[in-house]
Amino acid sequence: MDKTINQKAWFLVLPVFAVVAFSAILPLMTVVNYSMQDTFGNNQFFWNGVGWFKELLDPSTDLGGRFLASLGRNLLFSAIILAIEVPLGIVVALSMPREGWTVAVCLVILALPLLIPWNVVGTIWQIFGRPDIGLLGYTLNSLGIDYNYVSNEFDAWATVIVMDVWHWTSLVALLCYAGLKSIPDAYYQAAQIDGASRWAVFKAIQLPKMNRVLLIAVLLRFMDSFMIYTEPFVVTGGGPGNSTTFVSIELVKIALGQFDLGKAAALSLVYNLIILIVCWVFYTVMTNAGTERPEKKGAA
Amino acid sequence: MNSIPGRRIIMVSFLIFLLLPIYWLVNMSFKTNTEIVTTMTLWPHQPTLENYKRIFTDESWYSGYINSLTYVLINTVISIAVALPAAYAFSRYRFLGDKHLFFWLLSNRMAPAAVFALPFFNLYSAINLFDTPWAVALAHCIFNVPLAVWILEGFVSGVPREIDETAFLDGYSFPRFFAKILVPLIASGIGVAAFFCFMFSWVELLLARTLTSVNAKPISAIMTRTVSAAGMDWGLLAAAGVLTIIPGALVIWFVRNYIARGFALGRV
Repeated sequence: MDKTINQKAWFLVLPVFAVVAFSAILPLMTVVNYSMQDTFGNNQFFWNGVGWFKELLDPSTDLGGRFLASLGRNLLFSAIILAIEVPLGIVVALSMPREGWTVAVCLVILALPLLIPWNVVGTIWQIFGRPDIGLLGYTLNSLGIDYNYVSNEFDAWATVIVMDVWHWTSLVALLCYAGLKSIPDAYYQAAQIDGASRWAVFKAIQLPKMNRVLLIAVLLRFMDSFMIYTEPFVVTGGGPGNSTTFVSIELVKIALGQFDLGKAAALSLVYNLIILIVCWVFYTVMTNAGTERPEKKGAA
Repeated sequence: MNSIPGRRIIMVSFLIFLLLPIYWLVNMSFKTNTEIVTTMTLWPHQPTLENYKRIFTDESWYSGYINSLTYVLINTVISIAVALPAAYAFSRYRFLGDKHLFFWLLSNRMAPAAVFALPFFNLYSAINLFDTPWAVALAHCIFNVPLAVWILEGFVSGVPREIDETAFLDGYSFPRFFAKILVPLIASGIGVAAFFCFMFSWVELLLARTLTSVNAKPISAIMTRTVSAAGMDWGLLAAAGVLTIIPGALVIWFVRNYIARGFALGRV
């Protein structure tokens, strides 16, 4: 579809621009301002130049060590949950019933975890995993597995990952399901006539049709897991030790816990920059995928 | 042909995996604290409504639900209202900097809330909106407005351009065309976008907690109060948790027929 060039369209975009600029650009300027200064309380600020940034990227300092360690943990966490949620989401989408009332029931149950406030998600798993009063913790321990997410690092990680899988796999599944629904029956009939195997149908018909939604899913899941805060904070509080302290948790600790505005602001900027770069890569890939197959866009 | 072997088993076990932790929360909300702490029971043996009664009779508890719903609704209305014209513009026209603007919007959807917590605190204190639902509603716009634009743009692009042209030839003015023709055509898209705005505003805690102190405190922040000197009030916590799931469950039930398409953000 050709779009006409019309500069007056800016008037239509103006409200959005105003609202988002108010809540994005203004605060970001404050952050940039803070990131160059040091404070000893009482609203007294001292110029610090790029000092915080140097410290941040140097693992031998306290700040740098904490930042890089939490960044590493966060990347590992994102990688693990993507590796589990994407294949699992595809499998669940393929397992959806085709018609009848069961479809609605499955969809509603799938969507349920997505609408639970994040701290309640944390609470649910905090309770569910407790060895004394939680079904999961109690069952595991009575099976002879020594499971305690409060004191054991591995258990804490496992809990946080299973919780994320529980919370977000549905999103991937629902996206894939939407992609699968858009495949016309004729495709399957043609495949049947050709005698294509189940695997061949998946690879040649279903996967390409899910391409675009899968990209959205990976983008959303990567971004949201990269800035995860509430759920692990409620369950483990970042512990035991610092083993589940992700970047956002570290940032809030520094900003609102210690009120170290300069350090927190510098960390925020680097954090945001990483997100921006990844986001840009995804966006480019996505718009390119869109131009290759223009018939996919706007089929709503 | 388009199914995989053992799909029923996979589906059922996945649904059980999803429901089990929720069931446990519901189960606990009907128990007394003594039963929770002393015995391991798969269903409440002495079911009690005491936990729910406390929430519904104590104003400091139920006001949390009202506060949360207030800012969620304000946010949804603002997001949809400003996103509609922008979605139309992005879908129909090319203009200076359109691609950059779209990317910039999207990048705000991805910005970590933790980065904005402190500056928002300063900003909204400075303009005297701190501890009002408006502060939270405006703060949530940072991720909901871009999302709404993104979803609605997909749905507007699905409306054939000829419809616009015919309407303008028939003498419709732009605002009238918008209200009388475009909005009814993409009604389901607006529903989907509203659903997503509701969802993301409802589940967010970090900003909502940072921007409120007493009067506008959301329910999710009030829940942390169950930790007291006398230990944890598990039953009350569970009951409060169950009550936060209900609005979401209701919303899902109403949009269940649009969920699949909605989750593809209108662009499968």
